[in-house]
Amino acid sequence: MMEMPLSFDELDFGPPHYRDMLPPVCRRNYGKWKYHEHVRGGIIRHVAESGEEAYSVRAGIPKYLSADTVIELCELAERYCEGYLKFTSRHNIEFIAGDRESAERLAGELERLGFPVGGTGRCLKAIIHCVAMSHCHMAAADSLSIAKALYEEFYEDFRNPEAFPERVKIAVSGCLNMCGATHASDIAVIGVHRRPPVVEDAVVEKVCSVPELVKSCPTYAIRPKRGNPRSVEIDEEKCVYCGICYSLCEGIRIHDPENDGVSLWVGGKASNTRAGPLFARLVVPYIKPEQPRWSTLVGTVRRILEVYRQNARRGERMGEWIERIGWERFFRLAEIEFSEKCIDDWIFSVETFRRGTNFKMP
Amino acid sequence: MSEGGDSVIEELERGKWPSYIREWKRAGYTGMVEIYRRALEDGRTHFVHGGMIGYPGYDSGIVGRLTDLPEVLESSHLFRIYEPAGWFYRASELRRLAEIWKKHASGVINFHGAQGDMQLVGIPRENIQKAFEELAEIHFDIGSSGATVRTLSCCSGPAICELACADTLDMFQTIAMHFIEDTHRPRFPYKFKIKISGCPNDCVAATARADFAIVGNFRDGIRVDQEALGEYPAERVEEVVRSCPTGCMEYDGELRIRMQDCTRCMHCINRLPKALSPGEDRGATLLIGARSRGRYGAFLAWVLVPFIKAEPPYREIIDIIEAVLEWWDEKGNPKERVGETIYRVGYPKFLADIGEKTGIKPSPEMIQKPRANPFWSYRR
Repeated sequence: MMEMPLSFDELDFGPPHYRDMLPPVCRRNYGKWKYHEHVRGGIIRHVAESGEEAYSVRAGIPKYLSADTVIELCELAERYCEGYLKFTSRHNIEFIAGDRESAERLAGELERLGFPVGGTGRCLKAIIHCVAMSHCHMAAADSLSIAKALYEEFYEDFRNPEAFPERVKIAVSGCLNMCGATHASDIAVIGVHRRPPVVEDAVVEKVCSVPELVKSCPTYAIRPKRGNPRSVEIDEEKCVYCGICYSLCEGIRIHDPENDGVSLWVGGKASNTRAGPLFARLVVPYIKPEQPRWSTLVGTVRRILEVYRQNARRGERMGEWIERIGWERFFRLAEIEFSEKCIDDWIFSVETFRRGTNFKMP
Repeated sequence: MSEGGDSVIEELERGKWPSYIREWKRAGYTGMVEIYRRALEDGRTHFVHGGMIGYPGYDSGIVGRLTDLPEVLESSHLFRIYEPAGWFYRASELRRLAEIWKKHASGVINFHGAQGDMQLVGIPRENIQKAFEELAEIHFDIGSSGATVRTLSCCSGPAICELACADTLDMFQTIAMHFIEDTHRPRFPYKFKIKISGCPNDCVAATARADFAIVGNFRDGIRVDQEALGEYPAERVEEVVRSCPTGCMEYDGELRIRMQDCTRCMHCINRLPKALSPGEDRGATLLIGARSRGRYGAFLAWVLVPFIKAEPPYREIIDIIEAVLEWWDEKGNPKERVGETIYRVGYPKFLADIGEKTGIKPSPEMIQKPRANPFWSYRR
């Protein structure tokens, strides 16, 4: 057993203080920045009220880094940025250099190490994704390889600050837990199950709480098992395969390689710009898993992004564009077959039904 | 199964985008490569429920990770680290952290988790104590898991961005330290996430995923530098005026904004950053209740306080968070996020319950539109 190495008053010291972590240029101009502009893909010039300049150099990373790679990146920070570096809210790595020339040299070094410089402007922003099959018991699909496949397909769009009418944010989640704001992304890929879970009585009896399971189910599909109240049974008609019960109890097996896969959602955003925050909406309920290349999924995303690229107005996010042209037109333009599963039948569904006759005729 | 002839692992090592497999291999964490290969080939994850591990004095932040193939990889416990505000790092500390992780664990680090914390993966149970002692020397504290006030996250704010209407980093530090005990010791119905964005662009997507979102905002007019505006091509300005969602702008060589119609959505400021900037009466909007999957589906956060001054020591904001936590602690069911509790109990009831303590009064800024259904109660 572990000893108590720190005394109680040494615990809870919290995150390092931000003042110690800020590059000197940020400390000098804290709260006194005037404007920024895009220099080229991956490089942003910041100008302070004092006239001082700083250049952010942004590069994509594969989410997981080895200690040796981290040390290499720290060396770059020491060589070019006075020993400071940062990560962005979309999990890019970012360096803040003092002048254009060192920013360009740093960008060159990052590219040589294999990190694509980009992720700024109207580009494909870094893909937010969970750890899925590399580290999580909930995953219905592997978001790591999906993100990699999408990055390979849209590599140039990450680097090009004028790739799309407006920024495109993609998020990938291995299951309905939706780690990483998938429900508010321009394009969301979410792992899904399609069959009710299988209850293993022996495990449920041993390690799971029946009342907790009964209460956890959003559709009231779980009840104590007839004849064996220490386990549960599932009303398969009511089950929506959400996996909440599995997250509470390892005796309720939800994984089913034959039927698990991904769903595709579009048109969400979190920012308050123009239309404000929007939910992503379901357009393809199921795509079969094809790791590691995910050809069908990648092909469908390609079709959606090309239609968006050709049709949206400059400055229009995916969801804003679709709201303007109408979802009925979007399905036709993107050549996506409409599924009855795209019609909501949950608590807030009525608000999503078409009221009146104001739609575009096929 | 792989589509091509190569193994899935070889396939994922190739390509232009940097490969996570290569990082695992570089760290020598072959167990992770193998367990992942088996998962992709079998079409199902090999991780199973791991439970809590913790550390003496802490009841969250170190999460057990076990697999159903112990002969390949028995465990890969997850050590969460409270990230510095805005994800700014000094290289000397980050380098030391990497060395510690290499010495005591797998040497693989996840930058960052969806919550914003740094995730060190793959530590044997017996090394946790030594690793944390050394991490504590460079001031990296354990993160959070379970039914706690989770580790905060915030945008770069005033450190590098001219749009920051609130000091996100300072607020992060203050609020993080205020709730640090609740971050490490679960006592609530479920997790509670606080995220801070400096302006309505909401770069940390607080509105999408925080139980309590603090979004920098301003009350007065957008500031216009007409001279700087002249440096932009007229077509660009006209396009911005055309695409304003409220139609509150007019341009004839000079830009006029009817602020009473403006919703401060940031669009024009983002497009014309040299000429337009947020007003000077700055503070924050507080929103509540976002979550992704749940009993009622996904929620985006909604307005709790339309505008509040956000100045150190942020006492008013902290008081509101405490009132919300106290209410939720009493009313919430197990595994119910605060937004779900409010939905179940009713927003008017929630507002009535916390109104006296916080001074928050119902206002039309809190809703998209008033109720259309005729069912309500006059009981209260």
